[in-house]
Amino acid sequence: MDDKIFSKEEWEKALEGLKDSHRIFVPVKEGDYHTFARLSEENRPDFDFQNTRLSPKSLILPQSERMFDYSLDEKSEEAHILKEATKESSPQVIVGLRPCDALAIQLVNINFDNPEYRDPWWVRGIESTTSVGLGCNEPCATCFCSSTGGGPFNEKGLDVLLYDLGDNFFVRSLSPKGESLLEKVQGGKSADGSAKEEAEKLSASALEKITSKVPTDQLRGKNVNALFDAPFWDEVAFSCINCGTCTYLCPTCWCFDIQDEVLGKEGDRLRNWDSCMFPLFTYHGSGHNPREKKVQRVRQRFMHKLKYYVDKYETGVACVGCGRCVQHCPVNIDIREVFELANGL
Amino acid sequence: MLEYTDKIRGIARKLLEEGTVDVFIGYKKGSVPMMNEPLLINDPGKADLLYWDSHCGLNLCNYITKRTDRIGIVANGCNSRNIVTHIIENQIKREQLYIVGIPCTGMFDHRAVQRAVEGKEISEVREDGTTLTVMGNGFEKTLEKGDYLRSNCALCLHRNPVEQDEMIADKVEEQKGMDPFPEVGEIEKKSDQEKWEFFTELISPCIRCYACRNACPLCYCPTCFVDEAQPQWVGKSIDPTDTMTFHFLRAYHCAGRCTDCGACERVCPVDIPVRQFTSKLNKDAFEFFEWEAGIRSDQRPPLDVYKIDDYNDFIR
Ligand code: SF4
Ligand code: SF4
Ligand code: SF4
Ligand code: SF4
Repeated sequence: MDDKIFSKEEWEKALEGLKDSHRIFVPVKEGDYHTFARLSEENRPDFDFQNTRLSPKSLILPQSERMFDYSLDEKSEEAHILKEATKESSPQVIVGLRPCDALAIQLVNINFDNPEYRDPWWVRGIESTTSVGLGCNEPCATCFCSSTGGGPFNEKGLDVLLYDLGDNFFVRSLSPKGESLLEKVQGGKSADGSAKEEAEKLSASALEKITSKVPTDQLRGKNVNALFDAPFWDEVAFSCINCGTCTYLCPTCWCFDIQDEVLGKEGDRLRNWDSCMFPLFTYHGSGHNPREKKVQRVRQRFMHKLKYYVDKYETGVACVGCGRCVQHCPVNIDIREVFELANGL
Repeated sequence: MLEYTDKIRGIARKLLEEGTVDVFIGYKKGSVPMMNEPLLINDPGKADLLYWDSHCGLNLCNYITKRTDRIGIVANGCNSRNIVTHIIENQIKREQLYIVGIPCTGMFDHRAVQRAVEGKEISEVREDGTTLTVMGNGFEKTLEKGDYLRSNCALCLHRNPVEQDEMIADKVEEQKGMDPFPEVGEIEKKSDQEKWEFFTELISPCIRCYACRNACPLCYCPTCFVDEAQPQWVGKSIDPTDTMTFHFLRAYHCAGRCTDCGACERVCPVDIPVRQFTSKLNKDAFEFFEWEAGIRSDQRPPLDVYKIDDYNDFIR
């Protein structure tokens, strides 16, 4: 499909036109930050942002998700039988996600959809989603995506990529899903050569604006035990308060916990995001906790991203350099510094 | 307050060299603007990493809980009050501490600063006396500190440390004459229904990350009620009822203990002003018991004493 040009008003109208057949999620401004919300009368898209405070991962892996429901009513024939909870699986479109977050979904996908395991809800979420990315004209000082296999206009994991040319969006389809979405979209015109050139220039200049760089390819060869026993973990962990900020904001953290909630004779089985930073995460029924100490938990988070994932899947680190944890860790534990420490070992 | 940095370094170096303390706890300059990182050093050679400016938002008292060594620590007004609270709650012994007192003129509200430049990315800030110059791509703006204080700092009645072994500078003048609970007053005027709506709306973005709880030095229970599994007191999803339960109970656990240091509010990743909960309890503690947490170490806090001749009728 040819690249297209939409004026920004036209594009917003085009999204409105899709609203009946698709669930459309867009960045909206909430207080001082942006977050993804379903397009509606109240939730108006605002594409003037660097990145959303929370990543779009919750649109595929919700923070709390009902998996099953069941009855504990002994009189019912269906007592104690788990039934899959009904869930929305109509087509959804995420519009305006950043290339790092799209890449993150690909990294998480390796965990949820592989020859050994297929998580049905994740897979359905991925199948029903079309991702329309928005390239980053102005990367943040904390963005280091070009060090983690991405870049401000990286196409991986995206079905469509938008280039913000000021008054217009340059719209490029990247996959059959993208094509079929754009076929349904009203308006726009074919992009001419000069628009293409402008888009390419934008992408090149954005890449140059990435100032934060850290080598992430040196960990593959390192000895896992040496890294595990490295002397710097105590220092890294000292200030950590073991909150869930880094893991909940991170687009590549996927851990969840399963809980039953019962009211009277009706029960739900839920999965909720969980965090390796919480002591409860590894707390055994016996009362033993293999990661009892803060330093063990901090080490786990970094070892998983920098080493275990790298060794297991051989596709690079489990971090896309979005910088959310760098910006929002309440005590300023900076993963870029941890990369440096690990590289230096 | 920038000039304190050199003095802190000097004192820490001396304390470590002379063996007065085993470790020294302070802040180091952060890797992003308006953010400093809590730091522990045990080597006098590292004293130059210590740093102080008006972005020391985390409460260092978190890091002394149940330590057994001798600790040097910097403490401004609210942090010193948390240290006193820690002492009366047996979380640390006074003899273990060498408190370097910091007369404080308040911390910057990083969110307000961010709003002052319309949310544009700030690449650098420069503090100079009572101003902060904020710089970014194509802009530079100078702000008066008084207009951009964190709300708890703007309302603070104890800027000078209440307990210290050494002061880093002369005491600063205390703020006087303002209503320390203006927001509580507004909420108290609401009807029950309006209050419910207000708090429901307030916590609606909460992601249950517990940063507010963990940033608070008062929250040192070995197992928090939200983490208890037998019985499980509160659900773990983001159901509003469970989230509300968490917030109310956390606040009540801080009743008569909260020093209004503002750390809980500073750290929330989705900008929820969680002090709205604790401020009410601080006001009650003050009005019912004339109690401000962490001011005195010779008196038990109101919620852990019972006297047969209590002057309050309701308790007899
Ligand atoms: S690294 Fe930062 S964000 Fe993560 S748990 Fe520790 S304090 Fe919280
Ligand atoms: S670890 Fe930090 S920088 Fe990396 S993807 Fe997660 S939030 Fe982004
Ligand atoms: S509740 Fe908040 S303001 Fe009060 S002591 Fe704890 S962290 Fe400080
Ligand atoms: S820090 Fe904010 S998001 Fe996290 S639990 Fe507290 S109020 Fe909720």
